[in-house]
Order: sequence, then structure tokens, then C-alpha cells
Amino acid sequence: MKGKKPINYWKSEYIGRMLVTFCGFLIVFATLAIIVFICSKGIQSFTQSHISLKEMLFSKQWAPNDSAHPKYGAVIFIVGSTLVSIGAVLLSAPIAIALAVFINYIWPEFGTKVLKPVLELLIGIPSVVYGFLGVTLLVPMLRDSFGGVGFSLIAGIIVLSIMILPTIASIAADAIGAVPHAYLEASYGLGSTRWQAISRVIVPAARKGILTGVVLGLARAFGEALAVQMVIGNTVKLPSGLYSPTATLTGILTMDMSNTLNGTAWNNALWTLAMILLLISFFFILIVRAIGQRGGK
Amino acid sequence: MKARTVDAIWTGILYAISFLVVVLLGFFIVTIILRGWGFWDPQFLFGNPSNTQAGGGIGPQLFNSLYMLVLTLLISVPLGLGAGIYLAEYAKQGKLLSFIRLCIEAMASLPSIVVGLFGLLVFVTLTGWGYTLIGGALAITILNLPGLTRVCENAILDVPYSVKEASLGLGATRWQTLVRVVLPAALPQIITGVILAAGRIFGEAAALIYTAGLTTPFLNASADLSSKLNPFNMFRPAETLTVHIWKLNSEGIVPDAKLIAAKSAAILIVMVLLFNIAARLISVLLQRYFTGSKGRKKRNANKIAV
Repeated sequence: MKGKKPINYWKSEYIGRMLVTFCGFLIVFATLAIIVFICSKGIQSFTQSHISLKEMLFSKQWAPNDSAHPKYGAVIFIVGSTLVSIGAVLLSAPIAIALAVFINYIWPEFGTKVLKPVLELLIGIPSVVYGFLGVTLLVPMLRDSFGGVGFSLIAGIIVLSIMILPTIASIAADAIGAVPHAYLEASYGLGSTRWQAISRVIVPAARKGILTGVVLGLARAFGEALAVQMVIGNTVKLPSGLYSPTATLTGILTMDMSNTLNGTAWNNALWTLAMILLLISFFFILIVRAIGQRGGK
Repeated sequence: MKARTVDAIWTGILYAISFLVVVLLGFFIVTIILRGWGFWDPQFLFGNPSNTQAGGGIGPQLFNSLYMLVLTLLISVPLGLGAGIYLAEYAKQGKLLSFIRLCIEAMASLPSIVVGLFGLLVFVTLTGWGYTLIGGALAITILNLPGLTRVCENAILDVPYSVKEASLGLGATRWQTLVRVVLPAALPQIITGVILAAGRIFGEAAALIYTAGLTTPFLNASADLSSKLNPFNMFRPAETLTVHIWKLNSEGIVPDAKLIAAKSAAILIVMVLLFNIAARLISVLLQRYFTGSKGRKKRNANKIAV
């Protein structure tokens, strides 16, 4: 009996511990593997196909299938992705903050029983279904009221703003809920109305958390592929206005990667776009970290 | 007086926005279900798709989606649980832990199309498998691992420390405490998280286009398991329902492509609703089971037997 105990102990303690440690490190390994693989493919544009970095980042010409003078400028996609995600955040953030305030201060019962489950459902709706709704409802509506083809920057912005609404709203709601109740009482004690307390004390006190939510929403908008690709029109040119079609980084990757042969300059250029997307998403994480570290708590 | 008017106006605006969001979701669900009315027709649900004629079904795609879901959960739940246990119980504060956390955050923010392209490099090209179901499942595992890890870690951290101390004080080892005391207490939260993750796995598409592919072979259940025709073969291309909707929209040549897409969207919405309701129900039931007196006696009896 005595001799058996250490073996059992060893089995139960160390095997279990090794297994879970392995799982923890697997995440690190996978993240590093993704960076290494995507970046090693992404820099082949510059090392193998001799496309200049300057052309990639600053040229508006994208014509990789032009056999005589192929052009690999990614500006249109970078600008398209940026415009559509910033537009979505501008539309979505005020609504999300309003929801967060409502959940915490106006009608908490309705907030927890109805609004939070509604936000969870909105997160759960697949992106292709949002795209499908965009194509069948939004695009015809835009076409009828503003002319043009309907597939446009604004269609992408509207679809994305609904998709990122729950992300921003739930993080903002947590941030606003974490503001100490004493702040509200102090504000009331000074004779403020509820709105004055909310707009001048509560929301400013929660601004770090709200900002984190906004940046994460922006990151989600930037990386969203199919819903945007379905409604934005995918015309390779800079948008002339809100109602004109354009293209995004994710859209061009979704459509063209399978049309190109591995190792060609066109294919390499697409991998570089994927690398840009990856780097931008890491950049957003660094911003979130910087927001969290600023000012201590 | 003026401040009060402003207060009343803004309160009204906040009410309006909140009700509008609820109405919007209701409108989405009703529209999708009405447009896809009749999606429960067995001929559509289980029938084979047709490339040229109207009236095709989505049987293989639906099967692929469900099979992909099961496969992904089988891979990602143990990994996420393990990583969550490691972070909650074993990892020590310090540089290493903060690096792991940075990796989790970075992984959580990866665009799904980038994960799909990574899958194309590793699970499709490097392994030489081509477009496969298992490749798709591994790609969505990467997408869902950070979320699952966080859910498991939080669930374990939420278990009161006194419970752990009591178990350790009775002479149980750390691992015994974890497996027999902490995990059962954390289970309701973990299960809820897993079901919500399942909804997201079911709806994922962008990561699958370049890993599981855009086609499905003509499935035949009587074929050999190693054959690409066997539905349960993990090493075959598998177009899921979500990818099918996207493909119908961009390159559908079937005359009733719009209708098939509408019906498929309706099925997806119904599934999402079911996952959400199930998550809620199960969490309430399990909570009752693990905290109610009846449940506790039963568990104690089990423990003595072990």
C-alpha cells in the first residue's frame, strides 16, 4: 500500500499539471506560428517578386493580372478597410454607449432581462447572415433611395456597425457598471439631474473601458470579411463618396486567393495584404494595452 | 427647470435607442424566417443540391456543418479547458504569464480570414491534405481557443477559495481538489460558455473557405471510411452551410439560388436561437443541480464510492 501512493501521487499531480501546462503553451506556440507563417509568406513579395515596399504602401494602382506592367499598390484596400471600419465605429459607438448607460442606470431590469440577451443574440448571428440581410434588404433600399448600384461604402458601414454594436456595448456596460456608486450619490448631492450625473461624471469616469470597447470594435470591423465583401461592391477604386462602391483588404483576400497560383507575384502580393491585416490587428491590441496601462487603475 | 427638461429629453432618447435595438433584432429574425419560410421541408433539409436545376437541397452542407461543429468541439474544449486550468491554477505571476496573456489577446483579435489563410498554409499545403474537414475544424479551433480559455479560467476563478481550502485541508492533493471539487463547481459556467462558442463555430465561414473548401463530394454512407465519399471521413473537402450561403450569393448559378440562401439563413438563425436558449436553460438547470441539496447528497455518495 505504501509503495503505491507515490505512483498515484505522481500520476495525478504531475501528469495533470504537464497536460494543462502544455495547453497553455500551445496558445503561445499557435500565435507565434501564425505570425511566422503569414509573415514569411508576406515578405516574399519583396524578396522574391521584387515588388517595392513603397509601391505596395503608397501606390493606388492595383493591376496584378496586367502581364506587361503589373501594379501592386494596396492603398485602395487599406483606405477602403479604414473608411468602412471607422465609419462603422462612428455610427455604432454612440448607440453602444447609450445602451450601456441604459442597462446600468435607466432601467437595469429591462437591461439584464432583455437587452443583454438581445446583444448576445446579435453576436451569435453568423456574418454571412448579416451579409445576406445586407444584400436582400439594405442594398435594394439604398439603390431605390439614392440611386447607383446600392453596393456601396455606406452599405458596408451600416452592416458592420450592427455587427460590432454588441462588442462595444457589452464592454462599455461593464466599464460603466464598475464606476463606484458613490460617484452618482456625490453628483446627486450636488444637485445634478440624472443626465448631468451620467454625462459629466459617470461616462467620463468609465472612459478608459469605453475606449477599450471602441478599439476592440474597430479591430473586429477591420477584420470582418464576408459580410462586408457581400455588400461593398468590390470595385477596385477609391470611393468617391459614401454611396460609391469600393474594396477592402479582407474582401480582396476572400475573392482572389484561390484564383492565383502559388509563388506568382500576384499571389505573393495577396499574402502581403494578409500580413498587413495581421500587423494592423496586432497594432489594435497594443493600443488596447496602452489604454489599460495609462493612469494606473 | 431647464436642466430637468434636458434630463427628460435625454432619458427619452436613451429609451428610444434601447427599444429600437430590440425591435431591430426582432425585425431581423422575423424577416429571415419569413424569407426562408418552408425551410423545414425534409426534401430541402436532407436532399442533395443541384447544380443547374431549381429545387435542390442542402443535405450535405447541413451534415458538414454539424460534423464540423462536433469535431471542433472535441478538439477545442479539452485544449481550452486545459489552458484555462493552467492560467487559473498553475501559472505564476510574472513575465511569462503576461506574455501568454498577450498571445491570447492577439489570438482573439485575429481576423478570421487570416486564420483561414494560415490554415491554407499549414493544414492544406504543408500537410498535403488538401481541403479537408479536419483542416477546417483546426482553423476554427484557433479562432475559438482564446474565448474558451477565458471562459474556463473565469469559471474556475469564480469558485470560492474557501471551498478549495476545505478540500486541501482534508488532505486532498491539488489535482484531486481541482478535478473533484473545483471543476464540478465551475461546470455550469463552462457548459454555458461552450454552448455559446458552439453557436459561433456553427456560424463561422471566412476561416473555412480556404481550409475546408467550397465543394463536397457526392456523399455515400456505404463507401469505405478512407474514401472521400464517406460522410464521416475527416480528410475530405466539406462545404458548410455558411460557406454555401456565401457561395450562392457570389457565384450561384442555380435559378433558385436566392431562395436556397434565404432558407439556409433561416436554418442558421433557428440554430443560433436554439444554442442561446439551450445555453440559458442548461445553465439554470445545472446551477440548481449543483447547488440544490438533492444534487449535493448524490455527489457525496459518488465521492465515497470512488
